[in-house]
Amino acid sequence: MISLTVNGKKRNYKGPPFKRLIDVLREDFGLTGTKEGCGEGECGACTVLLDGKPAASCLIPVCQVQGRKVETVEGLGNPERLNPLQKSFAEHAGVQCGFCTPGILMTASRMKKTDAESVRIGLAGHLCRCTGYMHIVESVTKTPKGRKR
Amino acid sequence: MARPSPAKIGIGIVRTDAPQKLTGTAKYIDDYKIPGCLHAATLRTTIAHGRIKKITFDPAFPWHQFAIARAADIPGLNNVLFIENDQPLLTEDKVMHPMQPILIVGHQDRAQAYEALKHIAVEYAEENPVFSIKDSLARRQLLRGEDNIFKKFLIEKGNLDDGFSQADLIVEGEYKVPHQEQAYIENHGIAAWVENDGTIVVRGSLQCPYYVHKALVKIFNRPPEKIRVINAVTGGAFGGKEDYPSLIAGHAALLALKSGKPVKLIYDRAEDMAATTKRHPAIIKHKTGVSKNGKLLAQDITVFMDGGAFATCSGVVLSRGTLHATGPYECPNVRVRSCVLATNTPPNGAFRGFGVPQTIFAAELQMEKIAAALNLSSLELRRRNSWKVGTITSTGQELKESVGASKCLELCVKKARYDKKRKEYARWNADPGKPTWKGIGLALCHHGAGFTGSGETILASRAAVSLLKDGRIKILTAATDIGQGAGTIFTQIAAQALGMPASLIQIEIPDTALVPNSGPTVASRTTMVIGRLIERAAEQLKNELMKSTGKVPQDRTALKKAARLLCDGRSAKRFEVQYEKPADITWDDDLYHGEAYGVFSYAAIAVSLEVDRLTYEIKVRKVTTAQDIGKAINPTLAKGQIMGGTNQALGYALLEYADFRGGWMRNSQFTNYVIPTFADTPPMDVFLVEEPYSRGPYGAKGLGEMPMDLPAPAVVSAVHDATSFWFNEIPVRPEHICSELIKAQRPL
Amino acid sequence: MRGAPLSMTVLRPQSAEEAVSLFADNPSAKPLAGGTDYMVLWNMGGANGQCLLDLSGVKEWRTIRKTAAGLSIGALVTHAELRDDPVLRREFPLLARAAAVVGAEQIQNRGTLGGNIANASPAADTFPALAVYEATVKTVSRKGTRSLPLLQTFSGVKKTNLEPGELITAIDIPYLPKRPHRQLFRKVGTRAAMAISKTVAAALVWLERDRTVCELRFALGSMAPTVRRLKAAEEFVKGKRLTAEVAAVACELLKNDVSPIDDIRSTAEYRLRVSRNLLSDFLLS
Repeated sequence: MISLTVNGKKRNYKGPPFKRLIDVLREDFGLTGTKEGCGEGECGACTVLLDGKPAASCLIPVCQVQGRKVETVEGLGNPERLNPLQKSFAEHAGVQCGFCTPGILMTASRMKKTDAESVRIGLAGHLCRCTGYMHIVESVTKTPKGRKR
Repeated sequence: MARPSPAKIGIGIVRTDAPQKLTGTAKYIDDYKIPGCLHAATLRTTIAHGRIKKITFDPAFPWHQFAIARAADIPGLNNVLFIENDQPLLTEDKVMHPMQPILIVGHQDRAQAYEALKHIAVEYAEENPVFSIKDSLARRQLLRGEDNIFKKFLIEKGNLDDGFSQADLIVEGEYKVPHQEQAYIENHGIAAWVENDGTIVVRGSLQCPYYVHKALVKIFNRPPEKIRVINAVTGGAFGGKEDYPSLIAGHAALLALKSGKPVKLIYDRAEDMAATTKRHPAIIKHKTGVSKNGKLLAQDITVFMDGGAFATCSGVVLSRGTLHATGPYECPNVRVRSCVLATNTPPNGAFRGFGVPQTIFAAELQMEKIAAALNLSSLELRRRNSWKVGTITSTGQELKESVGASKCLELCVKKARYDKKRKEYARWNADPGKPTWKGIGLALCHHGAGFTGSGETILASRAAVSLLKDGRIKILTAATDIGQGAGTIFTQIAAQALGMPASLIQIEIPDTALVPNSGPTVASRTTMVIGRLIERAAEQLKNELMKSTGKVPQDRTALKKAARLLCDGRSAKRFEVQYEKPADITWDDDLYHGEAYGVFSYAAIAVSLEVDRLTYEIKVRKVTTAQDIGKAINPTLAKGQIMGGTNQALGYALLEYADFRGGWMRNSQFTNYVIPTFADTPPMDVFLVEEPYSRGPYGAKGLGEMPMDLPAPAVVSAVHDATSFWFNEIPVRPEHICSELIKAQRPL
Repeated sequence: MRGAPLSMTVLRPQSAEEAVSLFADNPSAKPLAGGTDYMVLWNMGGANGQCLLDLSGVKEWRTIRKTAAGLSIGALVTHAELRDDPVLRREFPLLARAAAVVGAEQIQNRGTLGGNIANASPAADTFPALAVYEATVKTVSRKGTRSLPLLQTFSGVKKTNLEPGELITAIDIPYLPKRPHRQLFRKVGTRAAMAISKTVAAALVWLERDRTVCELRFALGSMAPTVRRLKAAEEFVKGKRLTAEVAAVACELLKNDVSPIDDIRSTAEYRLRVSRNLLSDFLLS
């Protein structure tokens, strides 16, 4: 059995140890907000926070997550109560088709420097084919500071 | 008198689906948990051309645990009906390209389904394949008909010989563009099941529910009401989910029918890239006659496109490419000849721009070459020839309104400080101590909105606005929101027409059981054509509300009251409208003459870039673009479309290259098929120009595709400005600059 | 997703000792560190049925230690940790900078230096930096420990000289002579970020006041089956004043130590020309 914390809740997983974290989240825990875009760590859609740091959940066998903390988009806010980062993405059109969005939100949520250039470098591990990135950069740079993001 | 309701259009309201998409609650197809479902995998051909001799199933493999669907299981036609009938759902015998589907295997465990594929051996009898436009044209092997040609067109205007004889200068050029992958971030995926009453239901990532519906009716030989197609939230499409979902839906539904279980068929990235459609590669030749004062006198243009193995929509892509091949320029004498040819590669298909990025690339670079030959700035050459009200186009269409070409051009060069930059960069480049070469390039284009010629008349699209007795208002349309924000735009249009808050209006899921056939979500037609239908339907509802209650309700309670009155015991009152051809639009499909499009949109772009003098890496520094879209219903979303399309085109110009060898895409991964990242993408200044179109909703015309059309030639011009090398082919990569430098024996 | 979880066997040692012992008993097992390469292959269905030695429970190999001679970087230190480590940034900035351009944040947080070395990609961005720092790879197996100079660790594309049962424990980097030097790290990839290198260079040079070369170290990745030091060019410039002529000869000699190829990412011609440009610019600037 593998024990981990997901969005602050203790979860136990009893299946095969070499199942990918993304599949455990989506299939075993029903957290389908985390998306698979490429299965090779290139697109960033599957990004979750592992002990607070962005990681590609399609490249992590769940056995490596024993005792660790995982955060997914479901932990940020809900449709009725978006968090400030999510609100900013809504207001600045940082979302189009939405498939890359959960992963981007996870990386952006832990970004320390939020000037435009730092955001461009910090989010470079996320591919978005819809927006041309400008509105996403704006969404992050214009998120109000000083509150829990 | 009530005060006029505040404007609902022309403002950047938050997209209606944002809360779901931002919280991971929006459901894409693989997010549906379907109890008892089988995961399907597709066995595909490994040769480019030939026949299947034998299929052998490994006798030691536990096949009883698997469901298998083969061509013999198809109740109706083994054909994916689209424009032609040439593409089989499953290959029985004749192999026309690698990655052609042969059979479908299903298992509860996705990995097991893939594992099974390794236990099926296929023997082939190979035939000579054809992989290039040149070889297909030379009929090195006959793949189709007598000439390998899917479709050809001829446009003629004036007299070409007269034009060339009057010309002071004749300029010739040949241009080449490659495949391009749509690279939506959500791969293809469909789920299918069979209801107790025999209805086949498919839900998936797709942009045209009624295309899938039409194909499935024939494949399963069922009445239309026994086929139901539902659009799931779709993670990008860009044309890539126009026709291919019909195949996947057919495969998934066939296995569901065979096994009696629901089926999910979700592609992974490698399969998606290698098997599904790409932008058509093309070779385009120009011969242009000009006067010495820079007026175009004759344009002779030849367009060859590579269609791949089956027709799909190649003929229509070619048509649009052909109709845009002259660029937005007046010329009295024109001939455009074009054809699309068969090759043994997976079929090419729809991709944002739909033939136009190819022909505009050639047309705009040709303008640069002409300008250079005349020793005139290309800006000035464009000024002297660009379309205006009253222009007669190559098909004899008179442009009567909404021609923003020169407005876009002037605004763009002003905002980009184009002339100043050119001089500044020339000084920079002359200094050998600088680490880079800098350049700026310009392009201008047009894009016809809506279906070509008589297309919209044939489609006769329908859309509706429905007042439910519980007081909800629903917009009913098969036009899908594939990320572009169609649902939000429709909501804004309906709210404006009704004079009612947008929050009172909802969009129905595009589900063929619930919404009328609005035609496909393609061709920059959604806002302009379907938006106009929704505007008309909403106006009808408004009139009814005014008639029965004397005012338009402004809140849910008032709406509920009005709904009870209007619905009169029924569950809903529906106002449905259909596209009607304006009387003064005529089109001759045989002569390719007349109103090719109801209206054109226009755009100009300036691209600034730097080339590293040590590594030849090309860094785009700034994009400035002005785009005439008639009216921006939602300026924020409009800019999002423009920036997104522009970035796809920057990828087309500089990075993206599908490495086809032996008919296979060898780099079908995001690792090696490289698209722009955050770090590659420059800041963009987008300016909206609004030259209203009298038949669009509130003046709006097409927007979605045009941003893809014009960056590539501007990039190539900018590279020329920086390095003095002309490239007639994209992508322009550092390797090409390096080769040119070595050839030129130019020092560092 | 084509990986089959049920087909996999996972060994999960909780200490270095246990890892060595489990590996010795299961020499066909694949050591798994951050998994950023292995999992790609596995997702494509290319590694089903294998036995894995999951090293994520081994805590001993996760730290960067200061020793009298230099730094000892545990094999399981991630690229993000290398990128952010203050001592490394000060003493071995080329390695910190290389670590910062390996994939992006999500990969840097997972991929480890030891895993990177064991994977032996010719395009690995950290190898040229390790090569000019003259790093040593420390290993352990049931037979005992070994030290391999970095350049002798690799035997070909994705091939190492590690033996079955042998695990990388650390990468040791000696301090540089405390004399002023110039340095270079430059990655030339397929795009601005998340790129695989077409060529990647790291270099150090110690010069006399009159620009006579005391020592040049110049390494290139993606230019041969394994990372290469430019031995011929380094030897040639030693003791010479850096003139344009000397640099030109060094650039000519560059090709003696590399064998670039044409592939999906680039061309041999480009790789060679750009590598020469980088060398020339480094020597003459």
